[in-house]
Amino acid sequence: MTEEKGKYTTVSIPTPLAEKIKKRIEGTGFTSISSYVTYVLRELLASMEEEEKEEVFSKEDEEKIKERLRALGYLD
Amino acid sequence: MNRLPAPHGGKLIYRVNEEKNIDGMERIEISNDLAHDIENIAYGVFSPLEGFLCREDFENVLYNMRLSNDLPWTIPIVFDLKNMELKEGDEIVLFAKNGMVATFEIEEIYGYDKKEYAEKVFKTTDVQHPGVKKIMEMGSKLAGGKIELVKRGDEEFEEYHLMPHETRILFKEKGWKEIVAFQTRNVPHLGHEYVQKTALTFVDGIFINPIIGKKKKGDFKDEVIIKAYDALIKHYYLKDRAVLSILRTEMRYAGPREAIFHAIMRKNFGCTHFIVGRDHAGVGNYYKPYEAHDIFKEFPDLGITPIFFKSFFYCKKCGHVVNEKICPHENEYHIYYSGTAIRKMIRAGEVPPENMMRKEVAEIVMSYDNPFVD
Ligand SMILES: [Zn+2]
Repeated sequence: MTEEKGKYTTVSIPTPLAEKIKKRIEGTGFTSISSYVTYVLRELLASMEEEEKEEVFSKEDEEKIKERLRALGYLD
Repeated sequence: MNRLPAPHGGKLIYRVNEEKNIDGMERIEISNDLAHDIENIAYGVFSPLEGFLCREDFENVLYNMRLSNDLPWTIPIVFDLKNMELKEGDEIVLFAKNGMVATFEIEEIYGYDKKEYAEKVFKTTDVQHPGVKKIMEMGSKLAGGKIELVKRGDEEFEEYHLMPHETRILFKEKGWKEIVAFQTRNVPHLGHEYVQKTALTFVDGIFINPIIGKKKKGDFKDEVIIKAYDALIKHYYLKDRAVLSILRTEMRYAGPREAIFHAIMRKNFGCTHFIVGRDHAGVGNYYKPYEAHDIFKEFPDLGITPIFFKSFFYCKKCGHVVNEKICPHENEYHIYYSGTAIRKMIRAGEVPPENMMRKEVAEIVMSYDNPFVD
C-alpha cells in the first residue's frame, strides 16, 4: 500500500498499540502504521454502510419500471 | 423485501429531467461515446458522480484512486474542453448525433498534465496504448460540473439495455440477494461459461453485462456478442438464474484500474460479487496477467466482493472443462481457450469445435461474413 497524496490529519493512538501494529505489518505490503490504520478504518466504516436505504422510486414509478421489464421479457 | 447492497456512495444518482427548459442555452455537439457516459451519470451507473470531475476529484482519482471524499474511484470521467470558448458558471446544452440532449453546468475549468494522466491511469505514456493516444489528442483544459439528462439517445439494442434503477427492481422481483456480475467484451467460449457457472453455483443469480460501444479493431461486433450470449443463455442457463443486459460505455483498456471501475459500476446495478478474470480490461502487454487481481487488495471499502479466476481449459483425460486447481493431468491433454486462437479460427472460416464453443454460439458467429470490428 503506497502512501497517498492529499490532505492529512493526525490521530493519536496509544504507543503500545502502535508498537503492535508495527510488528503486525512487518513483511506485509503496508509501508507504515498510518497506511495500516487507514486500511482498517476504511474496511470497518464501509462494512457499516452496506445495505441500500430508502427506495428511490414511488410505487407508481416502480410499476412503470416493472412494466418495461415485463415487456422486454425480463420478468414474467 | 430483500435489500441489495447500497449504490457506491450510498445513494443511486438519478439526474433525469425531461421537462427542463433549455431554450436560449448555448448548444454544443459531443460524440455519441460521451453521450453514453452522460446517460450513465444521469442513471446512476457512475454513482456517486453527478457530472464531470472537477479538479480536486480529478487529482485525487489520479494520485489516490479515490474521490476527494475518500470513496474508491479509479477512472477519471472528464469533459475535454477542446477549443470551446466556455467559462465557469455557464450552463450549456450538450447534444449528440444519437439524439441525446443534456445540460452541463460548468463549475470549474482547469488545466492538467497529460503525461501524468496517462502514466497514472494507464501506467504508460506510450501512444500506442489506445487510452494514452486519446489523452494526447485531447485539448489542454478540462471542465467539471453537474449534468442533467433531458433526452436519451436513440440506439440499437435498447431492448437489452437496463439501467441500475431497473436491475435493482428486477433482482428484487426475482428474489435474488446475492448476484455475481460478469463483465465481457467477447463472444462466450466454454471457458467463460464455466467461470460464470462456477460463480453462479454459490449465489442466487448472474448478471451478464457486456460492454457495448467503441472498441478496438479486431474485437467482436456488438450485435454478435449480444446474439451469441442470447443463444448461450437460452440453451444452457436457467431463465431464473441469468440476466443479460448491455452496458454502453467505452473500453478504456486501463487494466487494473478499469477492473475496479467495472466492479463499482456493477455494484451500482445491485450486484454483490464481481468476477475478475485474467488480464481484465488489458490491452497488448501493458499489464501483468493478474495485476487486476492484486489491485483489489487496496480497496477494503469497495462494497462489492471480487471473485478471482484463473483460466479454465479443457482436459481430454478429465473429459470436461477444468482449471489448474482441479485437474492433475499433464499439459499434453489440455486445450486452452485462447480468444486470439478462436478469433483466428473464425477468420479462417473454421467452426470452433464443441469442446471450445457451444455449437449454438458458433453458429451465430459463423453466420456473419465479418463478425469483427474493422
Ligand atoms: Zn485432467
